[in-house]
Amino acid sequence: MDYIPNTERDKEIMLKEMGISSFESLLEDIPKSLRNFSLTLQNGLSEPEVLKLLQDLSKKNTHTNNCISFLGAGAYEHYIPTIVDHLASRSEFYTCYTPYQPEVSQGTLQVIYEFQTLMCELTGMDVANASMYDGSTALTEAALLSIRLKEKNKVVCSRAIHPEYRQVLRTYLKGFGTEIVEIDSPEGITDVNQLEKAADNKTAAVLIQNPNFFGCIEDMEAISNITHKYDALFVACVNPISLGILKPPGEYNADIAVGEGQVLGNYLNYGGPYLGFFTVKKELLRKMPGRIAGETVDTMGRRCFVLTLQAREQHIRRQKATSNICTNQALLALRACIYLCALGKKGIAELGNLNLQKSHYACEKLSALDIFEPAFKKPFFNEFVLKARSNRRINKINEYLLTKGIIGGLDISAFYPELNNSLLLCVTETKTRESIDRLVAELDKMR
Amino acid sequence: MNPTEPLIFERSSPGRRCFTFPVCDVLEKPITSFLPQGLLRKQEAKLPEVSEVDVVRHFTRISQMNFCVDTNFYPLGSCTMKYNPKINEDTARMEGFTKLHPYQPVEQCQGILKLLYDFEQMLKSISGMSAFTLQPAAGAHGELTGMLIIRAYMQKKGETRHKIIVPDSAHGTNPASAALCGYEVESIKTNAEGLVDIKKLKESFTRDTAALMITNPNTLGLFEKDIVEICKIAHDAGGLVYCDGANMNALLGIARPGDMGVDILHLNLHKTFSTPHGGGGPGAGPIGVTEKLKPFLPVPRIEVLATESTEIAEKKIGEANSRSSRHPHNSVSSVNSVADLFHLNYDYPDSIGRVRAFYGHIGMMIRAYTYLLSLGKEGVCKVGEYAVLNANYLRHKLKKYYDIPYGKACMHEFVISARKQKEKGVSALDIAKKLLDYGFHAPTIYFPLIVEEAMMIEPTETESRETLDALANAMIQIATDIEQHPGIVHDSPQTTPIGRPDEVKAAREPKLRWEIGSRVG
Repeated sequence: MDYIPNTERDKEIMLKEMGISSFESLLEDIPKSLRNFSLTLQNGLSEPEVLKLLQDLSKKNTHTNNCISFLGAGAYEHYIPTIVDHLASRSEFYTCYTPYQPEVSQGTLQVIYEFQTLMCELTGMDVANASMYDGSTALTEAALLSIRLKEKNKVVCSRAIHPEYRQVLRTYLKGFGTEIVEIDSPEGITDVNQLEKAADNKTAAVLIQNPNFFGCIEDMEAISNITHKYDALFVACVNPISLGILKPPGEYNADIAVGEGQVLGNYLNYGGPYLGFFTVKKELLRKMPGRIAGETVDTMGRRCFVLTLQAREQHIRRQKATSNICTNQALLALRACIYLCALGKKGIAELGNLNLQKSHYACEKLSALDIFEPAFKKPFFNEFVLKARSNRRINKINEYLLTKGIIGGLDISAFYPELNNSLLLCVTETKTRESIDRLVAELDKMR
Repeated sequence: MNPTEPLIFERSSPGRRCFTFPVCDVLEKPITSFLPQGLLRKQEAKLPEVSEVDVVRHFTRISQMNFCVDTNFYPLGSCTMKYNPKINEDTARMEGFTKLHPYQPVEQCQGILKLLYDFEQMLKSISGMSAFTLQPAAGAHGELTGMLIIRAYMQKKGETRHKIIVPDSAHGTNPASAALCGYEVESIKTNAEGLVDIKKLKESFTRDTAALMITNPNTLGLFEKDIVEICKIAHDAGGLVYCDGANMNALLGIARPGDMGVDILHLNLHKTFSTPHGGGGPGAGPIGVTEKLKPFLPVPRIEVLATESTEIAEKKIGEANSRSSRHPHNSVSSVNSVADLFHLNYDYPDSIGRVRAFYGHIGMMIRAYTYLLSLGKEGVCKVGEYAVLNANYLRHKLKKYYDIPYGKACMHEFVISARKQKEKGVSALDIAKKLLDYGFHAPTIYFPLIVEEAMMIEPTETESRETLDALANAMIQIATDIEQHPGIVHDSPQTTPIGRPDEVKAAREPKLRWEIGSRVG
């Protein structure tokens, strides 16, 4: 199956019209030495054969629909309303190009505009862009923006930020010789005293995740104040679902708020594609990376939308652009848009509350077992760290749970060696009381 | 029918609901018993209050204001807007893929890991490169990853080189990606044939040059016939060659960048490998490298542990466990069969690190893998052939009516210039807008920058002769109209949901979000 409509007969007609005897004559510029290779691909398959093959591969995976999973750590299982798949599967949305021709792209442009508005509402920030690759690259671009704007080359970053996000930050910043100072979080949240000592006038940005990797809620206001004493930008990396109940970055004077939007109606997808979002105070608007949709009028004076402020972007500015990014995650932003519209003003608050109630119920029940205790005593949202008493090995616990159809939490000792025998568990609204009780009962049997 | 649809916020009505959650089934406590008041949101987020039918009609209506590949032909140069096969959507949406968490133990993810591993092998064969990473999220992200690899390689050799050479015909992302890695960018001029000027390249490629970034075929749609020598010049000076694979569709089954001497190549799955553009993303930009650059690829790498006996497999898993204890999800316990065991290897000390969280745009890999399985060897070869045939056929049909500044033939795309038409007062932009009225998406315009009034046309292999004829006829009609009454082209488009927008107003008075009473039109 090759999706090529033209036949050998069409080819002959076309070559004849061009006055060419053979197709090969069109390839005269390619050296003969390059034409001699053989592809080690198999023969093409028919549709039922391909479907069978992929079905078999997909069935080799154990997934969150045929077991109970308590994994979070940057990728979250939330219920996705049926209308999200239905509407986002319209091919007018998924088979169109970047909206460079606004007259025939109002659908995509309006979605981006609505997405920007929704992200501003959730975060309390002034301006949002059309989206970034994922949370980790959004955070990194926020650091780059700060370094560029402040013309300073030091970034202070909490060690309670997702370890993979920090790895991405290091990868990107290597070329700039940026000093990255990491602040510990011995009690589950960033050590504000240590941060106060580390921040100085050379600091371009302070980066904090909230809730942080351990699920704990940071003292964002205090850190924001410290940051601004040194003319640095305060960058908040937030979980948008938590903003249904938690104080948004706009309320604690963040300069940039970014995060991972996978939680907004997007599947786990084994880690991607995900949806980075990027919001700023209006003063930073023209420094922002990525695409932005704006409102204007057409020749008849009707409201319409276009990609705007493109003078920041690589196709105009080339090496002087604010970023090299030239795409966004439009389709995932569309899903986020539909999702947030489906939830509405009441739904997003209810969702936040459900996550809070269920995770606290689970934490309380699990801590009552004598094999665990909470690692930290700080307020948390929908994730928490449990420490096994008496050096019980986390991988043994998880292996046992797997035999019962339960994917336990994440063993975080790999990321934080000092937190050995510790498990990061996530409980969202998708976990019923029954499934939480089952986890508790199974662990109770392990005593 | 009113062609505009209000914003969803303007449909909001207090108390209206769409989706509702199940009732809380655990004993509910006041929020403040968990979180102090000071951590809570003061003002609720003003999301729209709408019913399900409101949401469904809203998004359905606005979707209908889009052109898309399923409704219209997109001869959009450099973007490879080929048909996106439906089966790819079905396979990517199988729940064994969509509902898989990235930190599940690798034993639970053998299906997806095998798919990704096999997909890398296919890309290696098609491109002639030695190893791939699937991590980069897009072409530009692949470029960045490539630049980081170049820097790491040079550092390992104990060299600090400061410069990257980029031809003036290159995509804007090329210089932007190089600059993002701290490189100085030197642009070199295209010669009269539309190709890289070998003599100039030799002069420019000094010991301070880390690499040349080249696009082949280039953005004029021409094959760089001296590519082997170009690579040699870079290598002789101790440098590397990065190839922007945006135009790989031209080469499928015809030639391989790896054979040309290219050291790093990115591929755009959303161009060459049929994954949908999604209105601007997600795409995916895997990169391939030569053997010597393999140690620098991002981690983790997807690898196969065992094909031999169970005994050896068990031993290797034991070793892998002790090696990768640094990472949580590699807690491989035991293996039930002698089949291959795929795992994620982090053990590459020279790696540039991660370029994103987790492993890449897996959903796009599944689509592209499905596509390559459907095509097979013969199908892959036909792609390059029919992409080149279609482009040359259209080029031939248009050459009497539009100026074609470079080349006698082209690869998968070609660039025409509307400078003749400009003399009559009609620009490439006007022609592009007129084409919308004929039901065609416009070509890429004003790119490459080196061609005046450029229009870059790429038909792809998935369009029929009749569709190409229809586009040619429309463009010929427009050219003829310009000769006779240039005025009629100015007012286009007329048949689209909106007329030309005021872009200056949008940039001067930025309105980037909806607020009550903010409506301007």
